[in-house]
Amino acid sequence: MTKSTTNIEHAVTVRNVHKNYGDVQALENMSLDFPRGQLTSLLGPSGCGKTTLLKIIAGLLPATSGEIIVNGTPVTGPGPDRAFVFQDFALLPWASVLRNVAFGLELRGVAKSEREAIAEKYIANVGLAGFENSFPHELSGGMRQRVGLARALSVDAQVLLMDEPFSAVDEQTRRKFQEDLLGLVKNENKTFIFVTHSIEEAVYVSDQIAILLPRPSRVSEIIKPSGFRHKSADHIRRDPEYLDIVDNIWASLRSYVE
Amino acid sequence: MRHRSLFLTLLSATIVFGAWEIAGRVPVSFAFPTFLESMAAFWVLIVEGTLFTAYAETLKPLVVGVTISAFLGIGLGLWIGLSEKIDWLISPIFVVMQTAPLAALIPLLVMAYGIGLTSKVFVVCIMAMPVIVLNTSGAVRNTPASLKEMGHAFLGSRSDIILKIILPAASPVIFAGLRLGISAGFIGAILSELKITPTGVGDIITFSRSIADYPTMYAAIMSIILLAVLFLNVLERIEIFLFGGNNKGYVSE
Repeated sequence: MTKSTTNIEHAVTVRNVHKNYGDVQALENMSLDFPRGQLTSLLGPSGCGKTTLLKIIAGLLPATSGEIIVNGTPVTGPGPDRAFVFQDFALLPWASVLRNVAFGLELRGVAKSEREAIAEKYIANVGLAGFENSFPHELSGGMRQRVGLARALSVDAQVLLMDEPFSAVDEQTRRKFQEDLLGLVKNENKTFIFVTHSIEEAVYVSDQIAILLPRPSRVSEIIKPSGFRHKSADHIRRDPEYLDIVDNIWASLRSYVE
Repeated sequence: MRHRSLFLTLLSATIVFGAWEIAGRVPVSFAFPTFLESMAAFWVLIVEGTLFTAYAETLKPLVVGVTISAFLGIGLGLWIGLSEKIDWLISPIFVVMQTAPLAALIPLLVMAYGIGLTSKVFVVCIMAMPVIVLNTSGAVRNTPASLKEMGHAFLGSRSDIILKIILPAASPVIFAGLRLGISAGFIGAILSELKITPTGVGDIITFSRSIADYPTMYAAIMSIILLAVLFLNVLERIEIFLFGGNNKGYVSE
């Protein structure tokens, strides 16, 4: 506690976290810092425990040992300081877009008129104005994830946890999402933790990339791309540093991919 | 569209009743009256008021039994679906109830609870409850894990997650169970009147059979089918009213 409260440049700190499922060791002695206001990617081959780590930070899974500190407070379960974006969207099929986006606030007991006003604002923010009364099945995959994103933004948590949020949407929508995410990191003063298995995606959107390796899962390397962060979205993919980092990461990961 | 489906309904009714009429005229059996004879007997039952006094009697165990089965069944199903221990403890009872030869068990019920309303309510419940319980528990157990996780991540309390996520997600299968359970309850109500004491509609059936008044017997059977169909339609309206967006399926891949 005493050490952690002083640490203001890190929104989230993971310290010596172990996670076992029975005899299987999913995470071993993992320590990692997540700088405030930045986007950190957890990148690694499948089975490296990146989603497990994210769910432990979210408070959805308990760690076997070690601690997670969010804004100076140890995590014991889900909290109002963190919001989650799900890989499979996790939308209520029987509820309209408006109710889905407002659902996080509904569970917090915010009054209907107030939460719907907030939800409408974020629905417009993610570009879904006019779809408030549609049902999820009437939307495309990309639009569904925009609903999931609006729901996470509307609860106004400081930390946004995203579990492979773009893996279930098509390639073109995905590129648009990645560009929008850069804008989001710049404009919303939030800390993003982003799980992905796409090297290009991680390098494109991240301020910091943690490479996780499997069996037992550990942080092998932390990369902080800096040279192209200020460039416009269209130029990043042609930046030499961007291309070098992508190549280097692939070189270190390829032996772990069967 | 609406006219077309009404037309098809009328067409299929005409075919079924026409076939009945022809089969009755052949005749297939001495004990099988024609459709028109049965309808005439039906009319007599209504005009004389026999049908209404009979239903005043039959509806008692039916309504009580179906109400108990629906509420207790969904409640128990929910409990079983949420807890593996309860599943282990209670589920077998309903599996046994569903597969037991009920007619053979009725004498036992009569010995324990007499020939009154209680035994009849029991028969209705034994018929109606298992499918409601088993459907509800199965649906609750199969709630998509990510929806429950979402409720948890967004700080929903346990009751929030049950009322706002698990029950709505399970509702299509719960309603399917209710439809099957309530139909079985109708069968149970008549069965109890045939096997325990002849009252109500069961009395009309037993009595008219004993004096070989087969048109009246078939009229009574028709009336119970009609009532069941009517009731199931009302149930469907309730489902659409409560969970309109649900019949469109899940959106996650």
